Amino acid sequence: MNPNNVKIKVENLKKDFGRLNVLQGVSTEIYEGEVVVVIGPSGSGKSTFLRCLNRLEEVTEGRVIIDGQDITDPKTDINKLRERVGMVFQHFNLFNNMNVLRNLMLAPVDLKQCGKEEAKERALAMLERVGLQDKIKAFPHQLSGGQKQRVAIARSLCMKPDIMLFDEPTSALDPEMVGEVLDVMKELAREGMTMVVVTHEMGFAREVANRVMFIADGVILEEGTPEEVFDNPQNPRTRDFLNKVL
Amino acid sequence: MAQIFNKYGPILITAMGQTLLLALYGLFFACIIGLIVGIMSVVKNKFCRGFALVFVNLIRGVPMIVLAYFIFFGIPFFCNSILKIGGVTLTALQAGSICLALNCGAYMAEIIRAGIQSVDIGQMEAARSLGLPYWRAMQRVILPQAIRTMIPSIINQFIITLKDTSILSVIGFPELVNTAKNVVASTFLSFQTWGIVAIMYLIVILLLQWAAKVLERKLKYESK
Ligand SMILES: Nc1ncnc2c1ncn2[C@@H]1O[C@H](COP(=O)(O)OP(=O)(O)O)[C@@H](O)[C@H]1O
Ligand SMILES: [Mg+2]
Repeated sequence: MNPNNVKIKVENLKKDFGRLNVLQGVSTEIYEGEVVVVIGPSGSGKSTFLRCLNRLEEVTEGRVIIDGQDITDPKTDINKLRERVGMVFQHFNLFNNMNVLRNLMLAPVDLKQCGKEEAKERALAMLERVGLQDKIKAFPHQLSGGQKQRVAIARSLCMKPDIMLFDEPTSALDPEMVGEVLDVMKELAREGMTMVVVTHEMGFAREVANRVMFIADGVILEEGTPEEVFDNPQNPRTRDFLNKVL
Repeated sequence: MAQIFNKYGPILITAMGQTLLLALYGLFFACIIGLIVGIMSVVKNKFCRGFALVFVNLIRGVPMIVLAYFIFFGIPFFCNSILKIGGVTLTALQAGSICLALNCGAYMAEIIRAGIQSVDIGQMEAARSLGLPYWRAMQRVILPQAIRTMIPSIINQFIITLKDTSILSVIGFPELVNTAKNVVASTFLSFQTWGIVAIMYLIVILLLQWAAKVLERKLKYESK
């Protein structure tokens, strides 16, 4: 982690869905190479927070600044920015109409990041990294959940992002497949990727997180190192939540 | 029946050709209208969605025979007598094609809207999160999946439209029903004539259904 380089700066972020105030003023700074794990009760706004970071949700108020660029500014080329911010979803969202290789090649080729040849090379390299080089011709419906999620991670990596957002990447998996996905994520963290991860995998948080952030009632109620938050939580709400999930 | 067919077969087959020609024109423009209006009904823009809603409900709320009279007689009358633009006429083929295109287009728009909405929202989000613009994501990810689920309904609509061409006999287009009426008028052999006409429709529609089955099989996602 490089504390001299703020990668993502969130200033008083608010998000409403109609009359529902989901985020009520979230502020934080995330550094280059930092791994931030976001925890909190269901419905507390974790996904919404993550989705505001690449503007999948339009922000109601406040600012999100990535590498000095205010992404809430309508003048920002959001598509260009998203090329550098990968996102992994709970339900994988692989493109069902394409095989694995085409899933990985679509965005780099379509957005002219590189030619077909290089996109294919990249795709093969990324698939090797997640251990699925033998699945290039498979369609999503022919893969297991764990394999789908590893392909989804590889697909994001093909755009060469420098930030990765994960929204409960293992929550939809059978228990025996959680490990293979977490291993890929740990490897990424070790290589210095800036990561924001919403997860209930406390073991993963302890092992790789630089910081754990507890979100409830639309604000960050508590944050700190995994040791601080897990072993000595200050806020009663955090204590209560951890008692339920640990 | 064989006698009738020997004698009137050629003109009935020519009439079937006219029916198919009318259906083809109608369906071609219906597909374009359906795609445009169908997409308009799923985009964010309120004006587009409003327009699509009004169009679909307007067409659905008017019987096609009324639409046919309105286009064939009403529009030229409006242009000539009210707008005072002389010499506006529509041939029965033109009016019929417009009528079918509007009618079938409205139903196609509904099929396409439902097809697009049946694709999991996560597909669009994943595409957008990779940096693909909305239209690109639509084109590469959403529509290919939507069209696959829409094929049975689209073929069904094609069949309905093909049969609806018979309604356009009322504006004098020489399609199959109109022609058959004339044959019956001169021969009085209504059982045989209408029997032949029914069989001719049936054959064309069965062929269409068979083609649909082949197409559906071709579009399965498989690793090859
Ligand atoms: N598109 C939406 N429209 C309306 N309400 C939404 C939408 N997305 C999320 N919400 C609501 O916002 C709240 C927070 O949701 P979410 O961020 O998904 O929570 P979490 O990920 O922490 O479980 C929930 O009450 C949810 O119902
Ligand atoms: Mg969530």
